[in-house]
Amino acid sequence: MDDLIPLLPKLWQASYETLYIVGLSLIFGGLGGLLLGLGLYTTRSNSLFSNRPVFGVLNVLVNVFRPIPFIIFLAAAQPLARFVTGTGIGNTAIIFTLSLAAAFGISRIVEQNLLTVQPGVIEAARSVGASRSRIMLTLLIPEALGPLILGYTFIVVALVDMSAVAGYVGGGGLGTFAIQYGYRQFHPVVTWAAVLVIIVIVQLVQFLGNYLARKALRR
Amino acid sequence: MPLISLRDVTKSYPPSRRGGDVVHAVDGLTLDIEAGDIYGIIGYSGAGKSTLVRLINALEHATSGSILVDGDEVTRMKERELRRLRLGIGMIFQQFNLFTSKTVAGNVAYPLEVAKTPRRDIAPRVAELLDFVGLSDKARNYPEQLSGGQKQRVGIARALATSPRILLADEATSALDPETTHEVLELLKRVNTEFGVTIVVITHEMDVIQTLATKVAVMDGGRIVEQGDVFDVFSKPTEASSQRFVSTVVRGVPSATELTALRQRHPGRIVTLSFRDGNTSQGAVFSDLARAGVAFDLIYGGINDIRGRVFGHLTLALTGDADAVDRALATIATKVDATEAPSHG
Ligand SMILES: Nc1ncnc2c1ncn2[C@@H]1O[C@H](COP(=O)(O)OP(=O)(O)O)[C@@H](O)[C@H]1O
Ligand SMILES: [Mg+2]
Repeated sequence: MDDLIPLLPKLWQASYETLYIVGLSLIFGGLGGLLLGLGLYTTRSNSLFSNRPVFGVLNVLVNVFRPIPFIIFLAAAQPLARFVTGTGIGNTAIIFTLSLAAAFGISRIVEQNLLTVQPGVIEAARSVGASRSRIMLTLLIPEALGPLILGYTFIVVALVDMSAVAGYVGGGGLGTFAIQYGYRQFHPVVTWAAVLVIIVIVQLVQFLGNYLARKALRR
Repeated sequence: MPLISLRDVTKSYPPSRRGGDVVHAVDGLTLDIEAGDIYGIIGYSGAGKSTLVRLINALEHATSGSILVDGDEVTRMKERELRRLRLGIGMIFQQFNLFTSKTVAGNVAYPLEVAKTPRRDIAPRVAELLDFVGLSDKARNYPEQLSGGQKQRVGIARALATSPRILLADEATSALDPETTHEVLELLKRVNTEFGVTIVVITHEMDVIQTLATKVAVMDGGRIVEQGDVFDVFSKPTEASSQRFVSTVVRGVPSATELTALRQRHPGRIVTLSFRDGNTSQGAVFSDLARAGVAFDLIYGGINDIRGRVFGHLTLALTGDADAVDRALATIATKVDATEAPSHG
């Protein structure tokens, strides 16, 4: 315990940084993943904007990048991060790379959840003269909202997990804290304190996600 | 001029597997539907009925041929024109296809939002439509809280929201029980009589055509094989494939296997009498038989009523003195269509 108390301000700072990294990655990666997922869904055959070549390209892109372990992706994408954000290290670089990796992962979740919408519902909207973009925005997403919220909840939890390796490129957060002050200094209590905060964050996120999904599904 | 007119329309789908055959879902079809009709299209599953209606509102694009709706060529329309066309054509579905994320009122309001109806006009129009289908008290409910019949009534209200001239109903009652089917059919009749909406009803159920349609087309293999007045088509189908279809929905003439079974249970000569309104009543025939001293058993058949006109087939087993039976048959044959089943051996 005595090891931990002097480190508490650092723990709060690390928690804040984790939330900051995860929050921004969720916004950028979530948006990117939504667009990519909509792209996958709408360009497949018999969908709103069926387009074989475009679907093929998106599909390959996602299949290539999604399975790369994040810690390797972080290293491999560093030049790109430097090019886009101006820096290859620190929280900014990690947010960029995390958003990119998350977008590929989220796109599949979005695609799968959109596929649960009954084709007949889309057809009914087409039959009253709704344009394809109107259907996409005013119908498709609301119809799949419940499962989408659960999918995004799952992704937030995964982001917390992935953000823990931020230390490798000089980023902060709870992962860095646990390694630097717990593991390297032989203070298991400090490590476990970081674990506890992560558990609390994940539980809160899961609870909120479940609550919102239940509301969307009216159950 | 017909309201809907199809000329030599074909819709082909590419083979589902490599090396498979192209599917001609609609195959050189020609059809005219007049304004005000309730036009039934009936046929086996896979005949191409759904494809046909989906061509009318261009949810599917024809491979070739011409489709005129109210004089406008649908096959040449661009996306924007198609959207305007669809505002004038309502559609209801077997699985209802209600928007699960919207309330009943939200479902009915959706086409009005699409049509850019001024916001203040939407609520009164939705209320009016829900009143028409008898669901005013369900406006705030979600689709999953409704019964099948209620869902279809919401579907009808939604389809009518923009006051279309045409309503397409693809197996609209096939997922409903008989009583609910009846209610929905009555509602569709009112849609036709009160608003003058031309209705195209797709079905594989005889009942639907019988209670609702004014004209009927029998579809088989992507073509119309027979069409006309409902009574004529059902009481006396002329084409072999429509006879085959009609015999599956109208209990009438026993098939060869049924005949064999009937023979085993009934002695005597087996005769099928066909009645159509206008010609002799059944009573006259039965009294002829009685007068000739011929005993008979009614062993097969059924009588159908299409909007007050009656037709049917009755199969009798006749027993008695051979001469008397001959004489009675000769008399009856002058009054009704009588077909004797060939005796076995
Ligand atoms: N999108 C499609 N792709 C390929 N084949 C189709 C498609 N839609 C319908 N078909 C085929 O076209 C034929 C007619 O189908 P359909 O119009 O649904 O018939 P019905 O409504 O009379 O049962 C069937 O053989 C069906 O398999
Ligand atoms: Mg069908």
